[in-house]
Amino acid sequence: MIEAQALGRARPSAPAGVRRLRENRVAVAAAIVIVALALLALFGPALSPYSYDALDWQHLAVPPGLTASHWLGTDPLGRDLYVRTLHGLRLSLLIGVLASAVSVGIGVAWGAVAGYVGGRVDSWMMRVVDVLYALPYLFVVIILATVFGRGRILMLLIAIGAVGWLTMARVVRGQTLSLKRREFIEAARAMGLGTPAILLRHIVPNLAGTVAVFATLTIPELITYESFLSFLGLGVQEPQASLGSLINDGARQMLTAPWMLLVPAAFLVTLLLCFNLLGDGLRDALDPAGH
Amino acid sequence: MRCAQVLLARRGGNTMLGYAVRRIAGTVPILLILVTLSFFVIRLAPGGPFDEERALTPEVRANLDRLYGLDRPLGVQYLHYLDGLAHGDFGLSYTLRDDSVASLIAQGLPVSAAVGFAALVLATLAGVPLGIAAALRRGGAVDYAVTVLATLAIALPTFVTGPLLALLFGLALRWLPVAGWQQGDPRYLILPAVTLALPVCAAIARMTRGGLLETLSASFVRTARARGLGPWRVLSRHALRPALLPVVSYLGPAATYVVTGSLVVETVFALPGTGRYLVQGAIDRDYTLVMGMVILYGALTLLLNLAADLLYGWLDPRVRHD
Repeated sequence: MIEAQALGRARPSAPAGVRRLRENRVAVAAAIVIVALALLALFGPALSPYSYDALDWQHLAVPPGLTASHWLGTDPLGRDLYVRTLHGLRLSLLIGVLASAVSVGIGVAWGAVAGYVGGRVDSWMMRVVDVLYALPYLFVVIILATVFGRGRILMLLIAIGAVGWLTMARVVRGQTLSLKRREFIEAARAMGLGTPAILLRHIVPNLAGTVAVFATLTIPELITYESFLSFLGLGVQEPQASLGSLINDGARQMLTAPWMLLVPAAFLVTLLLCFNLLGDGLRDALDPAGH
Repeated sequence: MRCAQVLLARRGGNTMLGYAVRRIAGTVPILLILVTLSFFVIRLAPGGPFDEERALTPEVRANLDRLYGLDRPLGVQYLHYLDGLAHGDFGLSYTLRDDSVASLIAQGLPVSAAVGFAALVLATLAGVPLGIAAALRRGGAVDYAVTVLATLAIALPTFVTGPLLALLFGLALRWLPVAGWQQGDPRYLILPAVTLALPVCAAIARMTRGGLLETLSASFVRTARARGLGPWRVLSRHALRPALLPVVSYLGPAATYVVTGSLVVETVFALPGTGRYLVQGAIDRDYTLVMGMVILYGALTLLLNLAADLLYGWLDPRVRHD
């Protein structure tokens, strides 16, 4: 806090930000857990002899046990819950990260252009954002899911990514507005650089810190959307699994096989919590005077 | 003092009306955009609700199309739909053959509204005192507990907390019914309302704490203390009101959250509300049902946001002069 006041409103250089982030133990721990979960999602299923959709008739609805052949138990169809959960984690992470990339891409482009070009273009572009903002986005996603049918992961990705960019566009526009009055932009213009070149070479790189913070906070939000849709039965379809659809299955079997709910729920909660903690840490590190 | 307040209120009354009219006028086109967007996106998409059934003879198909008005040009269908909406007619459901969408809404809405309203009231009644307690004893045990629990409750989605609460209080402790709905029995309301309220309550507690910490260190509070006012009087007369303004401005997003969350809660707890129809309609590709529900929920979200904005504008005159 004292440090923040000493720095005033000046933008800290990247190394200072990195140092502050490293000093934030919670954020570092969260980042380590996220990396560990991602590695587990990538390589974990290979450690088990089972596949995510194989039925094991000898072991139906077996509870978890480290000595058992199915480490995290099975569902009533005899499918291995360890493999299914990690498979779901992989899909949830993949959709969350890719959809965030889509929405960050749209948001940065939209916000930077609106902010830099300004004038009538800016007011129209931001009017579009305002209107979309007022629409309840999840219902828009539900309409898209209705129209395109369920189970198309690409569709799901686009639908979720397409609604997640609005906040990013607003934040980026605000940053761009203050950036474009700086001397180095004026210098670039004086040197005869065109608008696209200035945007790409000078505006966007200087937005990196802000974008990193919002991207980190967008990922858990979009993972939640995906899981929400899959939970409702509108997202990922059987025999594929995402954390949301596994939680839905678990909620149905709660009476006889509570581990089916607890295992995927624990993974999802850990994942979301770590992304939120990391995002908060990043924000504190890169913008100590911001709040 | 009192006199000045009355004067302010009267002057505020006029600008308040103008502000309300402006805000209401701004909501109507957005609602129209929502209706238009959902209508055309759904109609222009390939495939339809009758595709997955057994092959229909052309005659049957033509009859179905005529019944649902699908044989007419798209523009006519759109105008017809708008005309119906204006009269409270949302069309016929494709899959629930004997029901009009309006009658499904009439059946489900009271349940959904009861749960949503209970959740908002619960979140406010619990969140504000928790936030005050945390702010008054900053760094104490209550503050620590509220901060940690709030972080957790905000990170947890309703579709995780709902089943977990049902598992704990319904199956393990057997205090409350796991799921279902019985008209007039409030016990069925508790778990769904708590599930919906938790994240909103956490956010409200966090905001009350932050706002109160800010106002407690403001100069007008120091002045009030210097005038010899006791801590409770300082809190109730001076510090609390400005501290709660962010909470009021959060009521709009909170309402959106509750409306969306009710889809999950109605699925988890098997409540006969409108949210279940939306989900089922989307799964069955029942276009009129989905559209009716999306319009209903969209309108609800917009209206609740509007109400929250108007409340905020009434409490804080500054926002009316944008």
